[in-house]
Formats: sequence, C-alpha cells, structure tokens
Amino acid sequence: MSVRRLAAVQPDDFAFTQDNLRWAEGQIAKYPEGRQMSAVIPLLWKAQEQHDGWLPEPAIRRVAEMLAMPTIRVMEVATFYTMFNLAPVGERFVQLCGTTPCALRGANALKDVCRKVIGDERHVTADGKLSWLEVECLGACSNAPMVQINYDYYEDLTPENLEALLEDLRAGRAVKTGSQIGRSCSAPEGEDTSLTDETLYDGSVVGAWRKRFDEQGGADATEADSAGRPAEASRPEAKLAKGKGDAEAQPDAGKAEKPVQADARPADRSRREGQPSWAGGKGGTDDVSPPAKPRGEEG
Amino acid sequence: MLTDRDRIFTNLNGRRGADLQSALRRGAWDGTKFLLEKGKDWIITEMKASGLRGRGGAGFPTGLKWSFMPKPQEGRPHYLVVNADESEPGTCKDREIMRNDPHLLIEGCLIASFAMHANACYIYIRGEYVREREALQRAVDEAYAENLVGKDNVHGYPFDIYVHHGAGAYICGEETALLESLEGKKGMPRLKPPFPANMGLYGSPTTVNNVESIAVAGTILRRGGDWFAGLGKPNNTGTKLFSISGHVERPCNVEEEMGITFRELVEKHCGGVRGGWDNLMAVIPGGSSVPVLPEHQCQDLSMDFDTLRNLKSGLGTAAVIVMDKSTDIVRAIARISYFYKHESCGQCTPCREGTGWMWRVVNRMAEGRAEKREIDMLLEVSTQVEGHTICALGDAAAWPVQGLIRHYRHEIEKRIDDYSRNSTPADYPIAAVAAE
Repeated sequence: MSVRRLAAVQPDDFAFTQDNLRWAEGQIAKYPEGRQMSAVIPLLWKAQEQHDGWLPEPAIRRVAEMLAMPTIRVMEVATFYTMFNLAPVGERFVQLCGTTPCALRGANALKDVCRKVIGDERHVTADGKLSWLEVECLGACSNAPMVQINYDYYEDLTPENLEALLEDLRAGRAVKTGSQIGRSCSAPEGEDTSLTDETLYDGSVVGAWRKRFDEQGGADATEADSAGRPAEASRPEAKLAKGKGDAEAQPDAGKAEKPVQADARPADRSRREGQPSWAGGKGGTDDVSPPAKPRGEEG
Repeated sequence: MLTDRDRIFTNLNGRRGADLQSALRRGAWDGTKFLLEKGKDWIITEMKASGLRGRGGAGFPTGLKWSFMPKPQEGRPHYLVVNADESEPGTCKDREIMRNDPHLLIEGCLIASFAMHANACYIYIRGEYVREREALQRAVDEAYAENLVGKDNVHGYPFDIYVHHGAGAYICGEETALLESLEGKKGMPRLKPPFPANMGLYGSPTTVNNVESIAVAGTILRRGGDWFAGLGKPNNTGTKLFSISGHVERPCNVEEEMGITFRELVEKHCGGVRGGWDNLMAVIPGGSSVPVLPEHQCQDLSMDFDTLRNLKSGLGTAAVIVMDKSTDIVRAIARISYFYKHESCGQCTPCREGTGWMWRVVNRMAEGRAEKREIDMLLEVSTQVEGHTICALGDAAAWPVQGLIRHYRHEIEKRIDDYSRNSTPADYPIAAVAAE
C-alpha cells in the first residue's frame, strides 16, 4: 500500500469540456442501467487528461455528481489507483519501471539519468516540461529497461539513449516510441526465430481446418480430428523441411533433452491410443529422431 | 519442435497488420458461425478435450471453468469478463495479443460468451496499456463495422463487447478485485464463496478468463481439441506464450510448446544466457510471485505446470526471468518484496503489514544487517502471511521470500557474516543489482 494524499494547493473549480462531456456519456452508456458507477475510472482518467495530467479535488467532486456517487467513494477510487496523479506533474511525465526484470537490465542506471536531467522524484522542472517517478512493473519486461512517458512506452533503453530522449522531449523534437533499438514489438533482436513460414500469411490457412469436419460429416468430432489433421499439416511441414531443414536441425541443445520428453510421452500415448495423428501432425520435421520411435510403434 | 503452422498467434511479433483484413487472411473469424452452430455443449467438450489450462497463472482447466456457469435465468444476465490486467512482473504476453492479434481475442470472446450464455463481454485492460487499449478498441470498432459482433450480427447471436480500463493496480488482476474495480470501486478482492460463476459482475453469473485463454479458443475449436492436446505434455497440453526477460542475450516473447525445456527455450529464441550457459545463476520461471529456482535445477527443466509445481515453484504466467551470476539475488528478491508491499490493497492485515515487514527484513539482509536467527523468523512470518488472506497476493508475496531462503540461505548467512566482520559498516560496499 502506498499513502496517497491530495495536493495542498487545489484549483477552485473543474468543468469538463463539451467534447469530454459527450465522450463521458458514451462511456456511461457502456454499462447496464443503474451501473453508471462503473465509468468512474474512465471519467477520472479523462479529467486528469484535461487537467494537465493531474487530478484535482474539484474534479473528484464533479465526477461524483455526474455518476450520482457519494464523493467519498470517488475519493477512494482516486486515492487507491496509483495512475491518478494527485499533485502536478511535468508536461512529459516519465514513469520509470524499477521492478526486478527491468532492474536486472539496468533500470537503476536509468534512475541516475533521471536524477541528473530532471532532479528528484516528483520534482517538476522549472520550465514545467519534465518530472519523473519510479513505478512498478509496466508489463514490457521483454523490452526492459523501459519508461512510460505520458501514454507511450519507450523500450530497450540505455542511459545514453534515455538522456538523449529526455533532451529531445524537453526541446519538443520528434521522438521514436517503442523499442529504441529497432525491435519489432517484443520479437528477439535480429533475426526472427519463429513465424518465418510464409504460408501462414498467404491465406492458405483459411478453411484448411474444414477437412476434418467435411470428411466425417461432422459426426464425431474426435474421430474427425485424427482423420483430418495429417492431411492438413503435411503440406507446411514438407515445405519447412525443404526450406530450412538445416536451420531446424541446428539446436542440438534441445535434442539432449528429448529423451526426458520421450519418457513422459508413453503415458500420453496410452491416453489416446490409435491416433496416428501425432506421427503425421507433429513428427514431420527433422527432429523426430529420439521420440519418433515410441510414436512410430503406435501406428 | 513446434512448427510455425502449429502456432496460434501468428502476428505475435507485430510484423504484419493487426487490422481485420490481415487477421482474416491469417485465419481469424474463419467459420466462426459454423463453430457456433455446433452448439454450446460441443464447444465446451472440445475445450475440455484440449486440456487447456488457464493462462493467467493458476492453471485451472478452462473448459471446466466454462461449464460452471449456471443455467440462464430471467433477469440475470451472464457476463464474460476478460482479464487483461497484465501486471505480474515479468509478464508481457497479453500485450502482444491485444496490439497484434486483437481479432483472435474478440472472436474468442464471442465463442466463450456463446458457450456461457453471455451476451455481453467486458475486457478489463490495465491503465498503463494506453496504446494497446487503443489498438484493441480499433479492432472492436472494426468488428462492429463488419457486423461480426453487435446486437444483430452475422453470427446470429446477439453479443456486445466493451473495452474497460483500470488505473494502475496490480491487485485488479485478481478476478474478484477486477470485478469490484469494474463496478467502480476500489479493487479489493471479495470473499469466496460466492464464486463469480454465481455472483460475479453486478451480482450476475460471470466468468473471468485471461486474455490468452480466450484468444486461443477459436483456433482450438477449428483444429480440434485433440490437435491442441497432442502438443505439449499430458495434463500440460498445447502451446504457450513465454515472456523471457532478464539476463539473456535477446529477450523476447515467443509461442512455444508446453514442456519445452528451459535450455531449449533460451538457446533457440533468446541466443542463450548472457555470458554463456555456465554464467546462469537462477531462474524465476513464472512471474515474480513464484519461487526462484537455482541454476542446478534448471539444467533439464521442463517448462510446464506440473514439473515446476513439483519443484515447489510454478509455471504461473510463463514469464521467465533469467538471472546470471552478476545478479545480487537477495536484492533482486527484495525488489520483488517491495513490489508486493506497494501493491497490497490493504484489506487483510497479514498482507498489509506482512508485505512491508518482509520487505524491510529482506532489505536489511541484502546488506547483511541482520542476525542469522532472523532468517528463520522471516520464514515463519512468511508462512503466517501465506494462506491467511482473502486473495492470493499474500501467497504471492510470501513465495519469493521462501524460495530465496530455501535456495540461498547460505548467501544471506554469508552477508551477515561479512557485515558483522566489517568494523565500519557504513563503508561496506553494496553491490548493485546488476553489475552492468
């Protein structure tokens, strides 16, 4: 739990803009009649957005009126959820993830950069442009370390590129969001290790699964499955084996572990005996060697 | 080895379009009406046959969960609520689904809602994921525009889907806290029973499922429960998104078969452990709340629910946090303890007080500023937190500490010895978490 209090200095009043009022009506309409309370988080969020990134006390009262809620209930919500800033923040509000996965990859060094460029946590720079706060896991751990600035994530940071980023933002220059080292989302840096089969994207996937229903007339789903699958799966497997057979055979590391898996398989096998589907559906690639034998006996 | 053809999330790395047209070409929304016409019972039977276990951490069988919903009654609508409040440190898989493959999720919502007599679905996405929420909302709007969902849609089953968001509370990932939050209250977990299947959102029968569990439903039904069950290991079937972070060469999200070995996962997709395999020190295999495993247990480690449970850890959300020998393990766990202290909702005393207490003690131990008998005291207190709270956050806070003591007691003792030997404690150098 963290102790969160309202700022000492508050504006006198708060009113939503016309656009935001209309938007709020749309939000309230998402919930069943009489359940307008559900919209409290989105409305507070909008108020914060309209009010330079922090939530003043009059806005809390205003939202309570709009949703016919006791003010204290809205106050509870505003103080419970940590994304509601109860005191002024910089125009660019840097939320730096400091939880273990980010810390392992150097978030502590990023904190030093923030201290150097901006100052202490929660301190708003004199020009009002920047402030920062260490927050808990922001859910981009495979792109650690990272920060969220206003609504955008900036990932794969180093002290150098964070400092440059902050300076760019302060100067109002355009910046790149997302990965700062050019990764596509959370794909591994460099070459992709999966999803390289082009047949996934040429439309051939569409309808391919229907065979198992057609052949069985949809009578028995379980049986239909074993009949339909090998035919469906064989094509891409063949392509794969041809296209990048060598690459597939490479990870010897995996092979060492295979016997362990093979031990586990027999129990599995007895569970669905008489289904040749496995051999066809999965064993088509060239890594079949150790586990293939027990599977082969099945058929 | 899992072939690309058996992967469900074919746009996981975001290299293709997330729009409806691209999703259709990849096979989303393919024959959804046909699947619905097979009937509710068929859907639930197939889901059970697939052996899919919930992807949110607990691993409860999804098909079984769906079958718990009561018969529909007049005036008590059913709801499906999708838990997209992905906040477990280490976990970042649902984010990729929502921004890159949102149509699989929306289709899954329709199918799951149909199977559970629900006509409305809320997706609760964490507040921080603003861009992901926008991407998901775009996809929902597309689906409405094409009449794939809506009151009078092409599938002949009235269905509305709404995107709702939180505002930064880890606890809202707990299903009843999520429902409280969705109702416009503080996210404090509810006592169970009554379970959400009987008294959930707005007092109506509700099922809460993780994003990944719902998003795989369409593909499972198309290709058959047996196809999914044929992947992975018995009782740990199918494919799973793994989020690998920490000290590997190339951290990433990847869809792999359940039961893949840790070594294969890291070597194949992440370019190995930083500094080589011998540099591995410890692994947290399923998000911050599961106990850490030392290097010697990771040699042939199979990444599945049962194997990891038998090692007194867990698969959790399959968020693999890798730590090499440069890691200060005590500090790494202390940071996790701080996380739970920060995120405790404050409802139950053992958790509210215990998380802060454990953090302070582990933090002292990281410096060595403790006594050896306190290690046992810490263990004792952690067991007093575990299992004595309404929700599992108390357990989640206790487990990392217990894992630390189980495997690294010698490390703590060494620090205590070093500290007490040192005559000028203030000058004692404290290693950074990661010597970069």
